[in-house]
Amino acid sequence: MGETMRDSFGKYLVDIGATRSEVVVMDADVSSSTKSSYFAKAYPDRFFNLGVAEANLVDVAAGLATAGLRPVVNAFAIFLALKSTDQIRNVLAYNSLPVVLAGAYGGLSDSFDGASHQSIEDVAIMRAIPGLQVLVPADAGEMRLALDYALGQDGPVYIRLTRNEAPALASRPESLAITKIRKLTSGGDVTIAATGLCVAMALQAAESLRAQGKNAEVLDVTCIKPLDADALAASVAKTGHLVTAEEHTVIGGLGSACAEALSERGLPFCLKRVGVADRFTESGPYERLLAKYGISAEAIVRQAASIC
Amino acid sequence: MNQNLEQRALAEKDMPSKARLLAALSNRFRMEIFDVLHKKQTGHWGGSASACDIVTALYFHRMRLDPLVPLWEDRDRFVLSKGHASPLLYTVLAHRGYFPPPLLGSFRDLDSSLQGHPCMNKTPGVDMSTGALGHGISVGVGMALAARLKQKNFKTYVMVGEGCLDEGQSWEALMSAGKFKPWGLTLLVDNNDVQLDGTSREIMPLEPLGDKLRAFGWNVAPALYDGNNMQDIFTSFEALDAMEFWPKAVLYKTAKGKGVSFMEGKSAWHGAPIDKDSYEAGRPELVSAFERALAEVR
Repeated sequence: MGETMRDSFGKYLVDIGATRSEVVVMDADVSSSTKSSYFAKAYPDRFFNLGVAEANLVDVAAGLATAGLRPVVNAFAIFLALKSTDQIRNVLAYNSLPVVLAGAYGGLSDSFDGASHQSIEDVAIMRAIPGLQVLVPADAGEMRLALDYALGQDGPVYIRLTRNEAPALASRPESLAITKIRKLTSGGDVTIAATGLCVAMALQAAESLRAQGKNAEVLDVTCIKPLDADALAASVAKTGHLVTAEEHTVIGGLGSACAEALSERGLPFCLKRVGVADRFTESGPYERLLAKYGISAEAIVRQAASIC
Repeated sequence: MNQNLEQRALAEKDMPSKARLLAALSNRFRMEIFDVLHKKQTGHWGGSASACDIVTALYFHRMRLDPLVPLWEDRDRFVLSKGHASPLLYTVLAHRGYFPPPLLGSFRDLDSSLQGHPCMNKTPGVDMSTGALGHGISVGVGMALAARLKQKNFKTYVMVGEGCLDEGQSWEALMSAGKFKPWGLTLLVDNNDVQLDGTSREIMPLEPLGDKLRAFGWNVAPALYDGNNMQDIFTSFEALDAMEFWPKAVLYKTAKGKGVSFMEGKSAWHGAPIDKDSYEAGRPELVSAFERALAEVR
């Protein structure tokens, strides 16, 4: 077993704290889950546990940001998206305050806790807020780049994290900004645009498709907003077929973002979205839960094969 | 003499005289707000009028600020959590020197820097955008914590009304201030007893508010002060300064729609446009209140 993304995240926050005294970390009584507890231990004066009160959490961060501090706010992704939407919209985004929102336990990764804790709408909600950038790293390396990027921005950024181990992808070329789409495989038959842990699934799916004689172009989309529409369009213009894959409802997330961008460019393309259908999820072991709700390499293969 | 009330008030060292000057100024502001709201046929009169004396006292007496450097990092902060009193904040900021007063005539116009509710990135002097209720105390806690972290000694004032205190977030924030006890954070309650739909007692009773704040860890000034009496506001500031521990809170009894007798205490005048008949009936009352206050400082 490798390291979980939350562990890597917690440790990286400590690294950042060592060199950036303006970074403060905040949590909503889940620091031992989000692993912001590492920062709390290392820099107790710069850590604030606001209790189970996500609305207050985000606005206190806003107040800190007005005076030059750089807060990183930690809470479960679903509760940030639902319990502090007003604060994220009306205070952080409206005022362009540089606060990093770290949504822990994204997607179905809080698998045993069930539908109440699983975050399948956060990307859709955050994406709709004017000026809010939305990043979903696929592995620890991307998580670190996303955090570096977010801490360099003049406004708020939402980073969705997973609770679990994220298989390490090949290193990202240094010259490729985290906001740009990374092409992981080249192919002319179908484009698979994936985000988060679904990127690893997309790579597996591409191998299976190759065995069927179909060449898939796998795109790793870390930054869902703003979307790197040029890279996406270049690929889909070539393949004419797009499968999107995300640990999220199919409404409003990566699939929707891609469909909107490509449709506006007038590209003819056939689309299938892999994600949670319009329904609630449930408790269960993570991988089997994902599979039951239609998120797996097999599901990507199936959808790709149905259109190309 | 009207023109230099601001300068006279800022320069005055004798406190009773200063209070009288600020009372005159505040009465003039109320008149100006009434005019703008009638002219624009939009905006919130009731809560602007009730808080007018307190906000005037803050900007012309209490707060450390420099209108020429609105973002001065050592300035005291003011968060108008009851953001619908924007006409009041704009009027005070304009006459304090943050922007030219004629701009007040563009309130709520398309392309104006004076939005319906305060917007920090559009209006010089606005320290925090507000409008959706319930945000102010939280933001104030963050600002005050920032002062501690940055080793600054600026103070943070947050003003709420009863409607603002209906919001659950306000109580999350009050609780967190009780935990962190941030130096320099003061909560000002503009307790005008009336909300949009009716009296606070009818809509959502808050009493005993002082006891609730104390229970949440706040240090509450010992009396209920008359927030429409400048001398009493000064007294409240002295009481705040005499208190040792943070965070501090002060409760002001005020009249919603203060200054126009038939509008006072009426929820109908929370945000209704001021029609011609009401304007013509109400304005002379504001004018005579101003003239009376002005006579005190001639």
